[in-house]
Parts: sequence; C-alpha cells; structure tokens
Amino acid sequence: MHPADPVAQTDPAARPTGATPPAGRSRAGRPPAALLVPAAVAAVFALLPLGYLAIRSLEHGPAFAWGVIADERTAQLLGRSLGLAAVVVAACLVLGVSLAWLTVRTALPGARAWSVLVTLPLAVPSYVAGFAWLSAFPALAGFAGAAVALTLVSFPYVYLPVTAALRGTDPAQEEVSRSLGHGPLKTFLRVTLPQLRPAAAGGAVLVALYVFSDFGAVSLMRYDTFTRGIYTSYRASFDRTPAAALSVVLVVMTIALVAAEARSRGRAGHARTGTGTARPAIPLALGRWRLPALAWCAVVTGTAVLTPLATCGYWLAVGNSATWEPDTLADTAATTLGVAAAGAALTTLLALPVAVIAARHRGRTATLLEHSAYAGHALPGITVALSLVFFAVRYAEPIYQELPLLVCAYAVLFLPVAVAGTRAAVLQSPPVLEDVARSLGRSPLKVLREVTVPLAAPGVAAGAALTFVVCMKELPATLLLRPTGMDTLATRLWTETGTGSFAAAAPYAAALILLAAVPSYLLGRHRT
Amino acid sequence: MTDLHVTGLSKAYGPGAPVLDGLDLTVPQGALAAVLGPSGCGKTTLLRIIAGFLRSDAGTLTIGGRTISGPGVHLPPEQRRIGIVPQEGALFPHLSVARNVAFGLPGADRSTRQRRTEEMLELVGLSGYGDRMPHELSGGQQQRVALARALAPEPALVLLDEPFNALDSALRTGVRADVRAALQATGATALLVTHDQQEALSTADLVAVVRGGRVVQCDTPHEVYRRPADPWVAAFVGDAVLVAGTADHNNVETALGRIPLTAPTGELRQGVVVLRPEQLHLVDPDAAEAGGTVTDVRFYGHDAMVTVAVDGIDEAIAVRVPGQAAARPGERMGIEVTGEATLHAAAM
Repeated sequence: MHPADPVAQTDPAARPTGATPPAGRSRAGRPPAALLVPAAVAAVFALLPLGYLAIRSLEHGPAFAWGVIADERTAQLLGRSLGLAAVVVAACLVLGVSLAWLTVRTALPGARAWSVLVTLPLAVPSYVAGFAWLSAFPALAGFAGAAVALTLVSFPYVYLPVTAALRGTDPAQEEVSRSLGHGPLKTFLRVTLPQLRPAAAGGAVLVALYVFSDFGAVSLMRYDTFTRGIYTSYRASFDRTPAAALSVVLVVMTIALVAAEARSRGRAGHARTGTGTARPAIPLALGRWRLPALAWCAVVTGTAVLTPLATCGYWLAVGNSATWEPDTLADTAATTLGVAAAGAALTTLLALPVAVIAARHRGRTATLLEHSAYAGHALPGITVALSLVFFAVRYAEPIYQELPLLVCAYAVLFLPVAVAGTRAAVLQSPPVLEDVARSLGRSPLKVLREVTVPLAAPGVAAGAALTFVVCMKELPATLLLRPTGMDTLATRLWTETGTGSFAAAAPYAAALILLAAVPSYLLGRHRT
Repeated sequence: MTDLHVTGLSKAYGPGAPVLDGLDLTVPQGALAAVLGPSGCGKTTLLRIIAGFLRSDAGTLTIGGRTISGPGVHLPPEQRRIGIVPQEGALFPHLSVARNVAFGLPGADRSTRQRRTEEMLELVGLSGYGDRMPHELSGGQQQRVALARALAPEPALVLLDEPFNALDSALRTGVRADVRAALQATGATALLVTHDQQEALSTADLVAVVRGGRVVQCDTPHEVYRRPADPWVAAFVGDAVLVAGTADHNNVETALGRIPLTAPTGELRQGVVVLRPEQLHLVDPDAAEAGGTVTDVRFYGHDAMVTVAVDGIDEAIAVRVPGQAAARPGERMGIEVTGEATLHAAAM
C-alpha cells in the first residue's frame, strides 16, 4: 500500500477478489502459454520481495525475530500507528459521509463543482501536505500535524464509495419511509445510513491502510510510527534483521486490513443488488441550512486544497535565486521523469499478460496469478524497498544502489495499479469480439494482437500514464533504493523540508502538485 | 457438401441436470434451420459447441462429412470454417466496415479481398458503406455487416445467435427478410438460434424445437405448427386449444364435436386434442352441436380473441375471430371446427 492512485483503489474493477468475470459466458480453456509464461514471471516477481522478507527476518532464528517483535519499542510503535489510524479514520468518516450526503442528496448550490473539488485532495501526496502544514504551522509537528495532514489527503477514500452508494440506493425506499410518517432526519438515520455502512466501512479500511503505510507525512511531522521506525532502524544499524522483523509486523497488519477491505466490499456489493435502475432522487431543499452547508464544504475543501497551494505560493514568493536553484530543479525533474518512465514501462509490460488472463480466463491459475500480482497492494513502499535491498545484497550485488533495483521496486509496488487499469480496459470490449475473430480463422495469439490489445489500447495507455505519475510521486522506496547522489522531486522535497529549508522545498512541492493534477485530468478525459 | 450432423451431443456444467442431453440434429446443405426453445433450454450452449468455443462432454459434430468434434477430436474455432453472427452484431469497433468484412479473408491478394468485400456489402445492401465506422451505422445496418463479415470467407456453416433481438420490431421484419435473402443467394447452410416462435416459423426452412437439452421435434415450420409432437410444443410454437378426446379411426370425438385427425393414432385411444384458435368459428347457437357462453373478448386490431366456456369442458377455450368480434360477454354462441387436429397422450 502506498499513497498511490486513488482511482485504482476505489474503482470496483480494481478488485482482485470477488470481481465478476465477463458477463454470463464461461471462458473455457486454459490461457495460452504465450500469455501464461510472462504472467507467471510477473507474479513471481511480485511475490519475491515478500518471500525474501520472511526468510530474512528469521535469519538469526525465530527467537531473535520474536525478541524484536515483542520489544517494548515495537508495542509503542504499534500503539502510535493504531492511534493515528483511529483518529484519522474517525475524522475521514465525518468529513466523507457529510460531504457525500450534501453533494448527492441535497440542493446544495454548485453541487457538481463541489463534488469535483472534494476529490482533489487525493492528488496531493501526503508528504506535500506534510510540508504545507509544517511550514505554515511549525507547532503542529507531531501527532496533531500527522493527523491533520493525513485526514485532509485521505477523506476522499470515504467520500467516493459513499457517494457511489448514495447514487445507487433507490430513492423510492426513502419516499416510502417519508410516506410512513418519518421526517427527513429520521429517514436518513433509519433508511439511508444503514445502506451506506458497507461503503463507509470499505472507505474507512482504505484510509487505515493509507495511514499504516504512510511514510512521508509522519516522517516530516517527526511522529514515530511503524514506517518511520523501520526507516530509522535500517539507517541506524548494519544489522538489518530488526528492520525486517518490524516490516513483517507491518505487512501482517496491512494484510489483515486488505482482507477486511475485501470482506467489507463483498458485503457492499450484496447490499446494492436488486436496486434496479434507480431514478435520480429529488434533491432535498436545505432551507436555512443552506449557508452552514456551503460553509462546511468551503472550509473542508479550502483547508485540504488551498493550504498546500497557498503555502507553496508563499514560499515561492519569499524564496530568492539562492534558494531557488533552477538548474537543480530542472535536473531533478529530468531524473524523475526518466526513472518514472522506466518504472511505468516495466510495470505496464509485466501487467499486460496478467491483466488479459484475469479478464478473459477464469479458473484457479488465473486467480492465483492475479492475486500474486496484487501483492504490492498490501505492501507498504518501505517494506518492498527493504526486501529488495536484502535480495540485491545477497543475490544481485551489481544492481544494489543502482537504477534497475529502484525500477524493480516501482514495478512491484505499482503492478496492481497497472493490472487494474489494463484489466478494466480489456473487460470493456465484449468477449464475443474475440469469439468472432476466432471463427474467422485467427489463432488465439493473433486475436490478442489484432483485437484484444488494440481495443484495450486507450485504457492501457491511461493505466501506463497513471503508473508513470505514481512512480514520480513515490517517496519511501526511492529514498532507500536510489543510487547515491540521485534525487527525485519527492526525495528533494523530503530532504529540504527535513532540514527546515521551506523556501528551498517549495519549488519541488509546486512541481509535485502540478504532476499530481495530471492523472486526474487524464482519467477525467478517459471517462467522458 | 456442407450438411450439418449433430449426434448424441451432451454437455453439463458441473453436477446436476445436463444442459444438453444427447441432442441429435441434422441440417441439410443450403437449409436455414431455426433452433427454437425457451431460455435455458441449451440452445446457446449448442451454438457455442458447434462454433468450437465450448467442448462437449459427448457426441459428434460433422459438417459435410468432416468430423469437427467428437471422441478425441476438437478442432479449434479458427479451423472449423464456421461463421457466426452474434447478438447485436459485435462488429470490431476499431475497424472500418470494409476491414470488418475483410477480417476473415485470407491475406494473400489485396485486390481479391477488396472485390470480395464489395461483393459482400452489395449482397447485404450496403455498398458504399465500406469506409464508415461501426458506430456510424444503425442497429440493422450493423447486423447486416456482421452477416457480410461471416459470409465473406465462404464458411461451411453460418450460426446466427438471436441476431434480431436488439432490433426494434418495425425494423426486425425487414432485416430478417434481407438476411434470409443473403443466405439463400450464397447457398450457405445456416443455423438460427431464437426463442421467438414467430421468427423461427417465418424465417426458417426447418424448425428444431429444443426442450431440456434435446430436440423434441424437427420439421418444416408448417408441420411443426400443424402437427406438433406434443401439447407442450403445440403451446410453445403458437396459441393452442387443448380439449380431451377419444379417437375413432381417423376422427376424434370431443366436446366440440367430431374432428378429423391429421394421422391415425395407432394404439392411442384417449388423449388430448390440439387445435389452433383460428380453426374454431363462432356461429349461431342453434347451428352447431357444440356451444357455450362467452366470458371475455380481447381485441387485437387485426383479430380478436374470444374466450368461451364450453358446455362439458372445464377450461375455457380461445377462439380467434378476424376483425372485430361480433360477440359480447354473457352471450351464448355455437362453435364449429374446421381442419384437422392431433391427438396426444394425456400425460403431457
């Protein structure tokens, strides 16, 4: 898990389990070997770090590993991570559900514009938010700062599924409740809210996952959670087994959450079946609550979106040529583009066979491959980076602290993003087209080349663009694996903010915000 | 020779009742056969097995004497020379109309391919549409391009999977006639899968009625309608009037009078007699030996359906009357029967 792409995670098609295969038809036959072999390579690749982490943490024997895990310090970190997650989740639920209801069900002036504005914070990387709040209010450093920064970037994870659930529920049910004598508030509490619970729970799990795996915001706010503890432990000692043991605990925590997420999503699906085509609800008139409602939306989106922008603007204005260093900025930007392009290319290449098999062939092999590819979804960036360090030091010394290792880390981390995008793109074209092509004399591989891939191309390209942008924004794995002396926009921002040079950090923050806007724009275009 | 023989075809998805249960079907060369059945009867499974997208559990398929599927044999779809026209056409959205039609033509000679494509488009009445993209065509035009695409490589057999379903009823009749004409012009053997009995009766040379994974009757449309294999088939292919009867040589005695049988019934004496509502006529109560009280009149425009509670029969029977019905509920009417009837064992 990583502060990656919001859309890939909230899109139902991004789901490895429980997703419905192509409508109705069973796709008989095993996938052709030409697909199966590269897909298997991708799956093994995705699982390798996880397996190696387990081996490495037990290197000094289970007793040593248990010693690290049972340590008082570990319990402390665990408590801090859980506490932060609890506060952020609660805040996100309040913000997400209230804004969803206001924008979907009420006659809020400018509801459409609000519904776009409210999702913008997703595009802000957590460490940019961390930079913004820390540089504006240095006193926030610590728990409060981490909680504020994380809440304001992750509440859309609740907002989006709840909005979808609200749109999906049949307004006729609410009308029935009203006709049976319940007022609007009672109807909301007794009829609407219970139906939103699965969606809100799913969103809450995503937020918790985000908090657990976040490295940027907590480390800038100097609040010690698991991820920061792992990083410190790795930097502090030549013996990397303690860091590995801590990573295992973090991985177990995130896997438990991913499992919870899958379950809550499964239930959400059931809750929504049978609603049929819901007629749009008649928006509720707000009356004298109009102004407070508007103010609430304005305050939330204002703090979440405007604070980072305004802070950047302020520090850019304050900074001078000495702090600006346009040459370094240009160099860093070019490096970032190059690394991210390599990462996106490798990721997309690995994702294609897995995605086609996942979309077009049902069966145990397909499920196994797809689940393996989604391992990165459950792994915090820092643990993937650590496991690749271990692996490289042992078996691939020449690429340790070299570019290829970093590119591999991106591929492991963002394979789920690329697989989800590609799979959705393949699913969009009806399988009957492939049947027709077969009946007209094409072999399975030719069908893939002439029909499946050309039809999915726009979606695959969008997925690749998305992967490219999340690679550019990646922080923890880049910090650990980058070649000595290499910097990306994210690592520069992190270093400058860490030393309190806010004016020097601002250009990098601005560049990252601009970048983050790209996928939103692309996805928006792709959908319309 | 491109006649299709299906023998003992079986298919089950997991345990439970099989979808196809020893299905036999023969379609002579050049014929258009309709596979007619309710949803879930296995007709789509049959089509997918013939096309090669699914493997059967047992049974053989031969086309023109060549076994394409059987014990130890399973030709992949691309080697079967079977064209398919799916529901809603399924044109390749990224290719122009001409390139869609040319998709199945062997790659060798460009000018030959071009000529064949134009020929096919002309056949389906769409010459000059080659440069259009699929989304620029209407539903009916897309369906005709899909047919041209299937026919272009001169397949041994063409499968049509409820191809007229997505079209609105006004368009359907026209496209149906065009498809029939195009198939006849090429002399292709074709199998049309449908659940619409009107479509099957009006389009096909042969109708195979499928129930529970077997063909229960395969005959010309006229025979299937006139001489259904059993009362279920009778009711499935059209409106049926069922009354009890006792056979007496070439006639059957019923509460509606004595009716000639289409064929001698052999051993069967007592059973159910199947008539069509248009075989019954309302007459003056005194002019006929059978009669009853009108209970309901439903007007359909070109005809009307009059429900009559006949003396001596428990269930009311339907009488089709051309134009406006000259009967009102509560009125007494005599009933006369014309034409022949079939007699079936009562167990159905």
